[in-house]
Amino acid sequence: MRIPDSILQIDRRIIFLLIGAAVCIPLLLKPRFQDSPTPIVQSIFDTVERLPAGSRVFLSFDYGPDTAPELDPMAKALVRHTMTRDLEVSFFTLFPEGVGQIKKITDNLLPVEFPDKAYGRDYVNLGYKAGLGGAINTMVVNFRTLVNADAEGTPLDDLPITADVDEMVDYVIILSLTAGDPGLKEWIQFAGDIAGIPVMGGGTAVVAPELYPYYPQQLVGLMGGLKGASEYESALVDRYPAYRNATMEATMRMGPQVVTHVLIVLLVLLGNLAYFLGRAGRGNRAGRKGLAGRTGRGGQS
Amino acid sequence: MDVTLMLWIDAALTLMILSFLYRDNPFYKFAEHLFVGVSAAYLMAVGFWDHLVPNLLGKLFPALMSGVVPGAVGRSPDYYYIIPAVFGLLLLTRLVDRWAWLSRWALAFIVGGAAGFNLPRFLDSDFIIQVQSTMIPLVVLDASGNLIWGASFSHIVLVLGVICGLVYFFFSVEHKGVLGHVSRAGIWVLMVTFGAAFGYTVMARISLLTGRMEALGAWLGSIF
Repeated sequence: MRIPDSILQIDRRIIFLLIGAAVCIPLLLKPRFQDSPTPIVQSIFDTVERLPAGSRVFLSFDYGPDTAPELDPMAKALVRHTMTRDLEVSFFTLFPEGVGQIKKITDNLLPVEFPDKAYGRDYVNLGYKAGLGGAINTMVVNFRTLVNADAEGTPLDDLPITADVDEMVDYVIILSLTAGDPGLKEWIQFAGDIAGIPVMGGGTAVVAPELYPYYPQQLVGLMGGLKGASEYESALVDRYPAYRNATMEATMRMGPQVVTHVLIVLLVLLGNLAYFLGRAGRGNRAGRKGLAGRTGRGGQS
Repeated sequence: MDVTLMLWIDAALTLMILSFLYRDNPFYKFAEHLFVGVSAAYLMAVGFWDHLVPNLLGKLFPALMSGVVPGAVGRSPDYYYIIPAVFGLLLLTRLVDRWAWLSRWALAFIVGGAAGFNLPRFLDSDFIIQVQSTMIPLVVLDASGNLIWGASFSHIVLVLGVICGLVYFFFSVEHKGVLGHVSRAGIWVLMVTFGAAFGYTVMARISLLTGRMEALGAWLGSIF
C-alpha cells in the first residue's frame, strides 16, 4: 500500500491513543500557558470589580456533573472574585443536577478559602427550581412566589442576606454558568431583556457560539468554554496576586487543550495532504494507462 | 460514602466507558445501562419531589405537605390546581389505547401555552433586539474624531456577514449575477461559522476528556 493510502486508512484507535497521549503528557508535565483576558471576558471581570461591597449577586449554576470540567473552573473563579469583593451571593440552579454543583462550592471551597464568610449572611443556596424559562419569568414577576425559602427550607425572611429581597431586580447582576437549555439564553430573554438586570456568565464551548450574538447589547460578557475560564483566572491573578499560588484549574487544563489542538491541526493537514497526493498519484497512473492504451503499448504484449 | 470507594467506582466506570474506543464490549454495555438507569431514576425522583410535591400536592393539600414544602404551613388549599392535576392525569391516558385521544387535550394546552408564552420573548430578544444590534455605524470614530480601525473593520465584517448570510437564504430570486456573488459570500460566512462551532466543540470534548484523565490520575494517586 502506498504511503498516502496507508495514512488515509489509519486505524482510528491509533488516533485515539495519540489524543490520549496529547492530553495525559501535559497533565503530567503541567506546562503553564500565559493567558490574557479578551474584552468579552474582561467585561465580566470589570463589572464584578466595580460593584460596591455588599451588592447582591445572583449566581445560577445551570449545569450538571457532565460539563463540570468546563464550568467548575468558571464557578470557582467567580466565587473567589465575588467573595474577595465582599459581595453577597445567592446560589441558584435551573438544573436538577446543579444542586450538587452548588454543594461542591458551599461545602468544599468556601469553608476552606473563605472561613470568615457565613452562610445566610454572605451567601445563600436557593436550590433548584423547576420550570425552565417559566421559572425565571415567575421570579421576575413575583420573586417570592417561586422562591420563599433556601434549599434547606429556611424562610428567606429568617436569613439576613435575603430578608430584604422581594424582587428579582434587588439583584444588581445575574451570572449564569450554562450547559444548555435552560441557561444564559433564558436569563437574557426572561430577566435581562424584561427587567433590565445586567446578565453575564459562561457557557460550555458547545453552547458559546449560540450566545455570542447577544454580546454586547444583551449580554455584558461571556466566558466561552475552558479558554474563557482560563482568561478569567488570569484576570483574577493579575488583579489579586494572592491567587497566584491557588490551583487554577482552567489554566492547568489549557496545556492539554493547546497540545491536542496542535495535534488535531496536524492530523487534518496530514489527512488533506495524503488525500491530494493520493488523488494526484491515481490521476497520473490513470493518465499513463490511458496513454498506453491509445499508443498500443503496455497490456499483455 | 468513603472517598476511596468513590474514586474506585469513578475510575472503574470511566475505564468501562473508554473501553468502547477499542471495540464494543460487555463492560461498556454495563456502564451504559447503569448510566441510563440511574439518570432515569434520578430524574423521576426529582420530578416527584421538586415538581409534583411543591407545585401540585403542596397547593392542594398544604396541611398534609407542611413537613416537606416550605411555606405550606397555615396556607389554605388552592383548588384551582385541580385543573392542572386533571390535565396531568389526562396525559397518562396515552397508556390505554381506547382513551389515548384524551391526552391530546392536555398536549394541546401544553403546546398552545408554551407557544404563547415563548413567542413574545423570542420575538423581542432573538429578533427585534438582534436586528437593532446589527444597525451599527460602519465607521467608528473616537471622541476626538479619529478613526478606530479595529472597531470599524469589526462592524463592517458584522454587517456584511449578516447581509450575505441573509441573501443566501433568500430563495425568491434566482442567485445569479451580483446576487449570486453575494450568496456565494454568504456560504463562506456560514462555513466560517460552522468551522468556529466545530473548533469550540473540539475544545469542549477535550475539556471533558481532561476531566476524566484527571479523575483517573486521582485514582492512581490513591493507589501508589
